[in-house]
Parts: sequence; structure tokens; C-alpha cells
Amino acid sequence: MAAEIRPKRPFRWHIGIFLAPAVLVYTAIMILPLAGTLQLSLFRNVNESQVFVGLANFRTLFGDPNWSVGFWNALKNNTWFFMIHMLVQNPIGVLLAALLSSPRLRFAAFYRTAIFVPTILSFVIVGFAWKLILSPLWGVAPHLMDLVGLKSLFTPWLGKEQYALTALSLISVWQFVGIPMMLIYAALLSIPEEVIEAAECDGITGLSQFWKIKLPLILPSIGIISILTFVGNFNAFDLIYTAQGALAGPNYSTDILGTFLYRAFFGFQLQVGDPNMGAAIATMMFLIILGGVCVYLFLVQTRLRRYQF
Amino acid sequence: MSTATRSLPRTISAHAILLTYTAIALFPVILVIMNSFKSRAGIFSEPLTPPTPKTFDLIGYTTVIGQGDFIHYFQNSLVVTVASLFFVLLFGAMAAFALSEYRFRGNTLMGLYLALGIMIPIRLGTVAILQLMVASGLVNTLTSLILVYTAQGLPLAVFILSEFMKQVSDDLKNAGRIDGLSEYTILFRLVLPLVRPSMATVAVFTMIPIWNDLWFPLILAPSEETKTVTLGAQLFLGQFVTNWNAILAALSLAIMPVLVLYVIFSRQLIRGITSGAVK
Repeated sequence: MAAEIRPKRPFRWHIGIFLAPAVLVYTAIMILPLAGTLQLSLFRNVNESQVFVGLANFRTLFGDPNWSVGFWNALKNNTWFFMIHMLVQNPIGVLLAALLSSPRLRFAAFYRTAIFVPTILSFVIVGFAWKLILSPLWGVAPHLMDLVGLKSLFTPWLGKEQYALTALSLISVWQFVGIPMMLIYAALLSIPEEVIEAAECDGITGLSQFWKIKLPLILPSIGIISILTFVGNFNAFDLIYTAQGALAGPNYSTDILGTFLYRAFFGFQLQVGDPNMGAAIATMMFLIILGGVCVYLFLVQTRLRRYQF
Repeated sequence: MSTATRSLPRTISAHAILLTYTAIALFPVILVIMNSFKSRAGIFSEPLTPPTPKTFDLIGYTTVIGQGDFIHYFQNSLVVTVASLFFVLLFGAMAAFALSEYRFRGNTLMGLYLALGIMIPIRLGTVAILQLMVASGLVNTLTSLILVYTAQGLPLAVFILSEFMKQVSDDLKNAGRIDGLSEYTILFRLVLPLVRPSMATVAVFTMIPIWNDLWFPLILAPSEETKTVTLGAQLFLGQFVTNWNAILAALSLAIMPVLVLYVIFSRQLIRGITSGAVK
């Protein structure tokens, strides 16, 4: 390095100038507001001024049934939302990627492009389009189910308390399956030919080759996808808001932390908005996401061996 | 080679699964676009067939273009997306260059600090961001959105770009230094053109969430003047719950620009995502 040869170097202003804009914007708009939100959750508005109240907002959130019922409901729904993504989206993503990466598959580029289309659409479009399709008024869904003789199974899923959340989770899976597919596809392509050939020489082919050779090698990618799904799901809002409104109906059955935060912060209909309670909920979401990221970094990632080729 | 593992039935079943899933992925999009060109009677009587001369009708589009101020919303979205993208790429490239090129005290720490934002969503700071914007009088301006999206895009941009900048040869940069180029010229004239493909990848990754975001436009800039297409479409769709022609036409208008851009750039996008493997 040139810098090490010179015994005394002048202060390198350009490093500061290169870093300054990014660090300033990032700190001012992202880090400080995050810290500010955490701080705000410890205050409460009394007579038009902010008073430090310690953990009182959290005591209200967990102790007052007006809040705690909603919070636990949102957390439970959010967990179910996440489980469906893990159990449906990621296996489908792996399956599609495995099929796409098989050598000499024709039209692979077409399939790849087409399956990724829903991912680029906005939640507004996705939410409304599915709302129309599942609507009993239009009758597309019952008509399609009639073709396979399952018409009797049709109900307006988005309007029934017991099905709405699952239906919305599956719509979200439909939208985002392209992301695990692409990341796994990239990981599968990076497995060197020699490893596969060595497996074939040992007579390991087809499905057992996938389970014994390829799957262990793509585990780090599956780990990354899981944590991305976790962060995305516990931060979700748009799809529920578009399809079911801020009240996350029917009867709060599709309420997740994002919509719960929105109602607490801004108020909705009879409820008055409360920035401090909103900040308390945002703090809980922060802790949940941070917890997930820590579990990933310290428990999952350190155990997954990365293979260097 | 792997031809031994390929058999005809397996190829056929692979195509069958992929085709089925492709159909599932595209069906809603095609259905919406197809029906947006039909009359109301056509939408309900034959939802699954393409528009015929009998059912063809542009009534939905005329309603939408007459009612909603979509052109204006579209401009807002474009301004916000392009400006944020510009700042993310410029600031991100500068910071990435500083982190990847120079050794200085606190380098690793600064890298970690900037990477924090990849995992922690900016949305959680909304309460304080709104207060900040109110205090600085930026509520209901496109500037507030541009600032937020710039901050949101920077962490990933710095992370990806510094990975790629590490691969640019030191000899080239040192040759530039011997020729008397300043550090700024080295970044903008030598290094940036070499990492252009990764800039494109970052651009695509930054652009899609910004264009599609509903949360920040709803909270920071909900006024008529500053509505983005996503927020405009959301409110518009809420108003016309019973006018199916208008809803389908509005949805199609919102889908088509993104779809056209995607078809043009999909090669770049997919190469970007799989670049780890290809490079």
C-alpha cells in the first residue's frame, strides 16, 4: 500500500468527504428516529408536554385488556403468517429452483421471468386483484373450482374469520415465492460441477443426490431466506391494509403487528391516535426482529458450515 | 456429464410442475388485464375468455382517466423514485469506495454501523420520522419521501457496492494516482465505470420497494399534490368498490408500466440476483 510507505501522511480529507453524505442521511433519517422511537416509548403526553414515565406504556400494553388483547392477537396472527411463509413459500421456492437448475432444461429463462412477475407488483395491485378473484360476486374462483368438481368447497375466504388470515398469507406467498426461488437457484448454480460428478461416480443421482449433496450445500442460503422472511413478515403491513383495511377485519382476525401499530399511532374511527403507545408497539416489534436476527447470527449462522470452493 | 441423470419422464414432470406454477403466477395478472377491456356484462358473464368484439369496451379506462389524477400521481412516483435512486447510488458508491479502498481507524465499525439498516426496517422509526418531518416543515412534500427512501436504500447499496469495489484492481487505481489523478477522479472516472453492472443491480433492488411502497406516502405525504401512484391507486380503488370496469382498468394501468419495465430489465435483474453464482 502506498499509504504505508510514506512515514507521515497528511490528513485524508477525501475519506471524510466520501463517507459524509451517506453517514449523515443514514444517521439523521434512520438511526436517530429509531432511537427516538425507542425513547418516545418511555414517555407519555400529560397536559401537552412529554413526561418520562419509565415502562408505564409497556405496562399498559401488557396489562390493560384494551391493549393487551389486541397485541397478543396481532402477535399470534403474525406468527401464523410467518409459519405459513416458512412452510409453504420456502419449500415451493426450493422445489422450483431445483427444477429450474436442472441442466439443459428448455425455457428455463421464461419460467424464471414469469414466476418472478408477482414479486415486482405492488401490494395494492396484488391485494385488490386477489380480492376480486376470491369475491363471490364475480365468481371466478367458484367457476374455476367447479371445473375440477370442488365447487362445494368454495366460501368467501377473505370474509370468514377462520380462513381470512390463511388466505392472505397464501396470497403473500404467491407474491414472494420468486425471492427464495432466485436465491436458491443462484446457490444451486454455484455448486461446482466436480462435486456433482463425484457424486455421480459414487452412484448418487436424482432425488438422493438432491437430499444428500445439494441440500446441505444450499443450507446457508436457506438460512438467509428464513431470516429475510422473518424480518419481512414481522414488518408487514401493506397487504393486510389494502385487502382488509386498517381494522384488519373480519373482527381483527387478520390483524398483524404492522396494522396494530398503524391504528395505535394514528387512531382509527373510535380509537384516538397515541404516538407514545405507537412507539411502545414499534419498540416491541424492534425487539422481536432484533431477537430473530440475533438467533440467526449467533445460533444458526455459526452452525452452518460455509463451503469454499 | 449429467445427461445420465436426465430421463424423459423426469423432464416432462419438471416441465409440468413449472408450467403449472407459471400459470398460477400469471393467471391473476392476465385475468385482470383481460377483463379491463370488457363491458360490465362481459366481465360477469365470461370472466375467463379474452375480450371478443361483442364484449370489448373501454369504458373502464375512460372512467379512470376522467376521474383520477393518475398522470400527476405517476409524475410524483417517478420524481421520488428517480431522485432517491440517484442519491442512493451516488452516496452509496462514495461511502462504499471509502470503506473498501482506504484503511483508517474505525473502518470495520463504520461498515457494521451502515450494515445495521439491512436487517432493521426503517419503518419502526416512523413515529419519530413523522415528528422530525413535522418539525422541519417537510410533511406533504416529495422531499420527505426522497430523504426517507435514500436512508432506506443506503445500507444495502453500500454493502453490495463495497463487495464489488474490492475486486477492482489496485494496480489500475495506483496507476491513476501516479498520473496525478485525485481520489475523486479515481472513483468517478476509473472505478464507477468498472462496477456499472453492480450499480444496475443495486438500482433495481432499490427501485422496486420505493415504487411499490404504501406506508410512507400514506403517513408522510398523503396530500392530493404529493400522492404517489401506489397511494393514489389504493384510494381510488377504495372509492370505486362497485364500479368493476373502473377498478379493473385502474389495476391494469398500475400493472402495465411496471410490467413493461420488468420485461425490459428482467435479464439485468436476474443476472444481478444470480451474480454470486455467475461471477
